[in-house]
Amino acid sequence: MRGIVHHITEELRNTARELLASGRISAFLGFREGDHPMTVAPFAARTAEEVELLIFNSFCVLNSANTIPELLRDLTPPAKRGEPPNEPPMIGVIATGCWSRNIVVQIQEHQVPRDKLVIVGVASRGMVDRRKVLAKLPNSDVYSVEEQDHLLLVRGRGYEVEIPRWEVVRDNCRSCSHPEAVDFDLWIGPKTGPRSIDAPFQELEEIEGLGAAGRWEWFSNEFSRCIRCYACRNACPLCYCPTCFVDDSRPQWVGKSADFSDTATFHLLRAYHCAGRCTDCGACESVCPMDIPLRKLTKKLYKAVKERFGFEPGLSSGATLPLSTFSSEDREEFILRPGGPGQEER
Amino acid sequence: MEISCAHDPGQDKILSSPASNPYLPVRCRVEDIVVESEDGNLKTFRLSIQDQEARSRWNHVPGQFAMLSLLGAGEVPIGIASSPLEEGLMFTVNRAGVVTTALHRLSPGDELGVRGPLGNGFPVDTEMVGKNVVIIAGGFAFTTLRATLLYLLEYRERYGEIIVIYGARTPGMLLYRKELEEWAGRDDLSLHVTIDREGPGWDGLVGFVPTIAGQVAPSPDNSVALICGPPIMIKFTMPPLEEIGWRDEQVYLSLENRMKCGLGVCGHCNCGPVYVCKDGPVFKRSEVQRLPVEY
Amino acid sequence: MELIVSGSDLDRLIRSLKEKGRVAGPVSRPTFRGRMVAWAEIRSIGEVVFDEAPRESMKRFLFPQPEVLLRFKRKGTGYEVEPGQVSQETVLFGVRPCDARSACLNLLPYQDDPFFLRNMAATVIVGTRCEQPCSTCFCRDVGGGPESIEGMDARITPCGEGSWKIELFTEKGLALFQAMAGGEPAPTPEGGAEKTPPLLKPLKSAPLSSLYESDVWAELARACLNCGICTFLCPTCYCFDIQDERLGSSGRRIRYWDSCMFPLFTQHASGHNPRPTKLHRVRNRFLHKLKYFPDRFGSFSCVGCGRCVRECPVGIDIRKVMKRLAEAVQTEV
Repeated sequence: MRGIVHHITEELRNTARELLASGRISAFLGFREGDHPMTVAPFAARTAEEVELLIFNSFCVLNSANTIPELLRDLTPPAKRGEPPNEPPMIGVIATGCWSRNIVVQIQEHQVPRDKLVIVGVASRGMVDRRKVLAKLPNSDVYSVEEQDHLLLVRGRGYEVEIPRWEVVRDNCRSCSHPEAVDFDLWIGPKTGPRSIDAPFQELEEIEGLGAAGRWEWFSNEFSRCIRCYACRNACPLCYCPTCFVDDSRPQWVGKSADFSDTATFHLLRAYHCAGRCTDCGACESVCPMDIPLRKLTKKLYKAVKERFGFEPGLSSGATLPLSTFSSEDREEFILRPGGPGQEER
Repeated sequence: MEISCAHDPGQDKILSSPASNPYLPVRCRVEDIVVESEDGNLKTFRLSIQDQEARSRWNHVPGQFAMLSLLGAGEVPIGIASSPLEEGLMFTVNRAGVVTTALHRLSPGDELGVRGPLGNGFPVDTEMVGKNVVIIAGGFAFTTLRATLLYLLEYRERYGEIIVIYGARTPGMLLYRKELEEWAGRDDLSLHVTIDREGPGWDGLVGFVPTIAGQVAPSPDNSVALICGPPIMIKFTMPPLEEIGWRDEQVYLSLENRMKCGLGVCGHCNCGPVYVCKDGPVFKRSEVQRLPVEY
Repeated sequence: MELIVSGSDLDRLIRSLKEKGRVAGPVSRPTFRGRMVAWAEIRSIGEVVFDEAPRESMKRFLFPQPEVLLRFKRKGTGYEVEPGQVSQETVLFGVRPCDARSACLNLLPYQDDPFFLRNMAATVIVGTRCEQPCSTCFCRDVGGGPESIEGMDARITPCGEGSWKIELFTEKGLALFQAMAGGEPAPTPEGGAEKTPPLLKPLKSAPLSSLYESDVWAELARACLNCGICTFLCPTCYCFDIQDERLGSSGRRIRYWDSCMFPLFTQHASGHNPRPTKLHRVRNRFLHKLKYFPDRFGSFSCVGCGRCVRECPVGIDIRKVMKRLAEAVQTEV
């Protein structure tokens, strides 16, 4: 580890160490290296030794916000019988642009108390899709990967290649306009400011242009690969429901096997659940083992909410949430369009 | 390592008969339904197996269970409450989930499927022979113990003293009340029926099962105990028994876990290394003590 | 016995097989990230990818997702029941030694399962040699090997210039290539199965408590997302759930893949859950593969294909778990 990544990691560890030593927080939530190249695992450091395991690099494709509710629950001492629940302790958490926006969403949705968080902001350089790297290699096998500022040095059996980092950065990061944390208490690493993106929804255009039949074909084709492992759901910081709709048994909303009608229902409903809340952090798509372009659905809904309500999720905790608020100004032409479905029967 | 991998099973097993396809339930008819408890949550179903061949094949041991299969709703494992010596099958079902709720809506004459018998059952023909038998039951876990008791009474001379301790929350929650009255009148059986708290119209024992078990203080000499009930009851029943010399090797428990296939394949009910459905549900307490607490 | 055949002969065979059933193999597919190797029906041998493991194992061919156990239709007070689906005649080309071996391991718990047996009987496995094990592979550590032919009916090896070497091991293999060959299938050569993996014995003889109480579980649980990637991509994870699906007065009873990583897997109708935490569930998965299954059947429930290692979104590595358990056993002694 060299260059920017090294410096930010050092700064991250220093900050976490000080916060823990001061007694201000009881754990610092971030990531540690996974056992396999180009992976990281969520990790809450609770001691000075554990702080040395924290890292920040281009492979942090998960979202730190995803672990916050669970960590707070784990750290809260259980209440004695008949007594009110105990307050959770303070925790520190690292946050890039989208992660901090997801924390804002969790605060708005009363999942996380802001006053229990010390948010350490950082600017994301765009995270790398490790499968894009693997797809470039002879047999998708890799021994080690070294991250430099603008290159990935990839070693495998009998080869060593340099891959320009930006070539393998995830699609969501490439179209991201908020790489910096929007709500934070402390800051590490360089500040880069917002990015201006000319056509943030360009990646949707090809599918939007297909027509209904073509779109359905695209959807069926891509999503029929789903194995219903729910990695997308489990990696998503919006998916904190105690019982997910796919797990409900009374009533059972959706079938459980990988029959396409059930798979399609799962993905469509999940996407709609995320509308107006999803920050396009890309965790779902990053963890999908079957290369399903999950973000195309959520991004389309991001676009719809932005166009209809002028709203982008997670930018301000004081903002009104468009999909849980009714306004007489809301556009309703999909219900009341003259000559639209249902009209002729009146 | 020796793994034989015969791709061809030798014969194309026929899927259309429950005899060769363990996933295919046998057809049963609901003959009678009794609402057992005052809260209406416990119903006893008497069933008759429709198919002659399946009826003659059916052979169970007290303590075994079966999958009750309601097409369109699903399957649920239920202990067999009838003795193998009775005509037909009997199940007492607590309404808790999707399938049991659907079962509770059945009427006499309706059809349902049964897969089984499954599991091991109590060792009524082996280790229990020649021994005193102490049956301790709490709540609706009495079902397979009823089957066992009927079996023991049928072959009364093969066993020593028989002591039954059975408790429920209220008199109205006791199962098989008619039979309890009958058994109370027998002199070859010592029956102790108790309810948790005093209530009107009850002049029997009052107190939790562990307390009563301590008072009855059955001798551990040449004896086995079969204990079925909520985990908390089992936990508190053991100390008073241990105090008077009972050892874990003499005590049989029946475990419960979520099950799907009932055949030791689907993986749902494992409790560490054992499958409750196939290796159990009956285990010696000494075996249970060696298992992780995953039940 | 073995024979050398040309690509066009194989393609002719594949075309004729397709008239009776399906012929599938790992093929390269474009995805938004580049490409992936996926199982698909093939028309020619040239489509089959031999030098990279498919993302999924061949599990779904023997263990369909879902599999119909029975169909029913309301009739009077009862139902008319029709037993489950008939297995499709299937030939799989290019099955890797690890994946082929998984069929043998899964047969151990499924030895009396009529559906699995029928699927096995209807499937011909034409395996391949593993020329280049990946950095994530560990077949030798669990009793297999790149040369293993366990579970294969035949083996195909590219030998350059558009020709292929075919080795036949079983009657089914012979029947498949009957038109091209004559004679008898070769008996399974000795040495196909590798020697007992060194870790098997110590783990089998270890008391469960020494493994159950290992502190590795808490470590893993902190990282694990509790998704089903490892279980669903694993060729030897074979757990299933059964459910009825009804539309109006008719429906079907299916079984489909289930994962011990999911909280619902063990949850009782009362709400009680015997494995309530991630730690419980992670521990169960690994102990099932490395302790419970070996205790019962004499082999690890793992073929070392490395999919769980490669595909785990938080980089959990079963080899590390095995090492830690071995250490736990050693300190115990």
